[in-house]
Amino acid sequence: MKTFAKGGVHPPENKISAGIPIEILPVPEQVIIPINQHLGAPAEPMVEKGEAVKAGQIIARNKGFVSANIHSPVSGKVLKVDKAFDSSGYKQTCVIINVEGDEWIDSVDRSDKLKRDINLTGEEIIKKCSENGIVGMGGATFPTHVKLTIPPGKKCNVLIINGVECEPYLTSDHRLLLEKTGEILTGTSLLMKALGVERAMIGTENNKKDAIEKLQSMVSEYSGISVHALKVKYPQGAEKQLIKALIKREVPSGGLPIDVGTVVHNVGTAYAVYEAVQKNKPLVERVVTVTGKDMEKPVNLLTRIGTPVSKLIEYAGGLPDSTAKIINGGPMMGKALASLDVPVTKGTSGIILIRRKESRRSETGPCIRCSKCIAACPMGLEPYLLMTLAEKELYERAEKERIMDCMECGSCSYICPAHRPLLDYIRLGKSNVGRIIRERKQK
Amino acid sequence: MNNLLTVSPSPHEYGKETTKKLMYGVVIALAPALLATIWFFGWAAILITSVSVVSCVIFESLIQKFILRKKPSVSDGSAVVTGLLLAFCLPTNLPIGLIILGALVAIGVGKMTFGGLGNNPFNPALVGRVFLFLSFPVQMTTWPVPKGFKTSFTDAITGATPLSILNENYDKIPVQNIMTDTELAMPGYQQLFWGNMGGSLGEIAAFALLIGLAYLLIRKIITWHIPVSILLTVILFTGILWLANNESNADPLYHLMTGGLLLGAIFMATDYVTSPMSKKGMIIYGVGIGIITVLIRRFGAYPEGVQFAILIMNAFTPLINIYLKPSRFGEEVKNV
Repeated sequence: MKTFAKGGVHPPENKISAGIPIEILPVPEQVIIPINQHLGAPAEPMVEKGEAVKAGQIIARNKGFVSANIHSPVSGKVLKVDKAFDSSGYKQTCVIINVEGDEWIDSVDRSDKLKRDINLTGEEIIKKCSENGIVGMGGATFPTHVKLTIPPGKKCNVLIINGVECEPYLTSDHRLLLEKTGEILTGTSLLMKALGVERAMIGTENNKKDAIEKLQSMVSEYSGISVHALKVKYPQGAEKQLIKALIKREVPSGGLPIDVGTVVHNVGTAYAVYEAVQKNKPLVERVVTVTGKDMEKPVNLLTRIGTPVSKLIEYAGGLPDSTAKIINGGPMMGKALASLDVPVTKGTSGIILIRRKESRRSETGPCIRCSKCIAACPMGLEPYLLMTLAEKELYERAEKERIMDCMECGSCSYICPAHRPLLDYIRLGKSNVGRIIRERKQK
Repeated sequence: MNNLLTVSPSPHEYGKETTKKLMYGVVIALAPALLATIWFFGWAAILITSVSVVSCVIFESLIQKFILRKKPSVSDGSAVVTGLLLAFCLPTNLPIGLIILGALVAIGVGKMTFGGLGNNPFNPALVGRVFLFLSFPVQMTTWPVPKGFKTSFTDAITGATPLSILNENYDKIPVQNIMTDTELAMPGYQQLFWGNMGGSLGEIAAFALLIGLAYLLIRKIITWHIPVSILLTVILFTGILWLANNESNADPLYHLMTGGLLLGAIFMATDYVTSPMSKKGMIIYGVGIGIITVLIRRFGAYPEGVQFAILIMNAFTPLINIYLKPSRFGEEVKNV
């Protein structure tokens, strides 16, 4: 079975909510919509205090090409446009809306009927994605229309759909693949048309056997798409690793997938693109896995953007006493939340409750040079060395040792028998080396 | 719960492996060889091993407490491994005072001078062993003949090791005749495999060391790169010599199962701290140890060269780490 060649680890999968169908979370009384939920420039708010909005209505417009529109996920009145905490722990401008009813703008088709026929041209599809504020749903939230616009001189010959979901606990992509198979396959066809490619590969890990079976039974109805089961290994869902696993090409250091003739989109994105293009529906909701070992009722929730995290946890049975840490995203790359009042955003794939006994790091010991971090690094780096270089502020050498290639997957910190904070120091090194590189470019 | 949440950077999930588990994993891997040596040398083996392990542990904790003034970390098991490995390369009738001295040099000079676990450039057990070997050559090369629990510690019947017999007689008597000479009493392959011969404590039983290797590999404590590259190099090099002139060279299998080669290749050369970090580096290091071992065995003054070979390559490890990097992702760019 195919997988990527270098490095990787296999953390316990803990996919507790894998067998639980997607449920719809009731609309909360209030939503908090950050204007920056994507990579690139924050959107520009278009509504004012007291203004009435409908679900699906645009409330913040993209600023420049690398930016994304933001729509209201609910109907109601704008309470205020003000600074509020987002999941990163910082304050940013948010549109806060008090919910009244659930009235949608007329152009949105809210029916469940699968609409397979594609009548739009590639350019029109890209325009729809941009208008409807579609961003990468895997967590990086890169605006989709930017990724679909191929830079001059480059060529794309295969589209890769990322259904790997290699992070432990998370099951939102798994459930989407299983429950929205036709929609995702249609979304894939739309993305193929937008990119002008004849071939698409859907990659998923072999721990989602039901989804793979379903995909395989339906894929023959769609031309050019193939389904590939991959050996379970973290971080296979990382773009470069997935490309390596599926088409054996290595994206060069500092390069993009398009440099090797491919573009990668998440299954969640394929679904969002389907809804945006075929149903005229902006990106105002997403599936969020809410799970944890002591959780009463782990669930996969179709959640309106802007819903406070506390509402999701309430729906899943409330906060167990044992909880000591709450993660936004997967346990390997997700961020720990400082508050439950922060909203779900376009990039929130899961909310994971970690018990007290698993929330603490073990005591750090000296590096015994076992080289397990080197063997685990999927980028072929030497984490032990990068940590030392960052610690000693030897940034020039760290740059030569390709510290900027690190994608912060955390495999090194995970595997280290001495529990050294490898990734913490590498991150510190990366931010300093990044600053030095920017300063050099400015000169 | 209270309202305070733990906030820390990712990852939030950690593996189960710890330094302590790895160290005691090595101890478990050494257990078959220890049992085999007790079978052959009886109480003497138990005595030497205990003295060596206990002294290493005590010296490490004393130095940590009174000289380095660091938090004690002797429970991580690395001193136990050093103690076992030191005992394994000593003859079974070595005076106890010398064992303690060897342990002091191994832990004190070999390890703690450099700051303790993780910082020592040379394998501590080998530092202790070579110190004793150079300072007390007579005591260190008197090998009691294995007699099980009947082996006397003080006035044991001693004999030469197969390698020393070979070393004395190369170019004097054809190797075939050395092997069959009843007076020299060279052990056959079967004896070598089961370990019924004179030699250091832990190096005699090939089968027990191979069980240890299997455990280390299955438990993923070490990778195959270092032991396999050492053993293959020795087989190739001695094989070429043997094919070129089998009158004055022993065959590869004999080289493989005699002396400290297996013990060194499996347990000493693979010491994390003193061996290279990248796979490429590990192979170069292993090939280096193999070549130096054969050169010393066949052309040097000493019958056995594994200990020196490993220490010499330990010295090269930092250099190997600088020049032999793991292959980076995206290095070989394939064009579309």
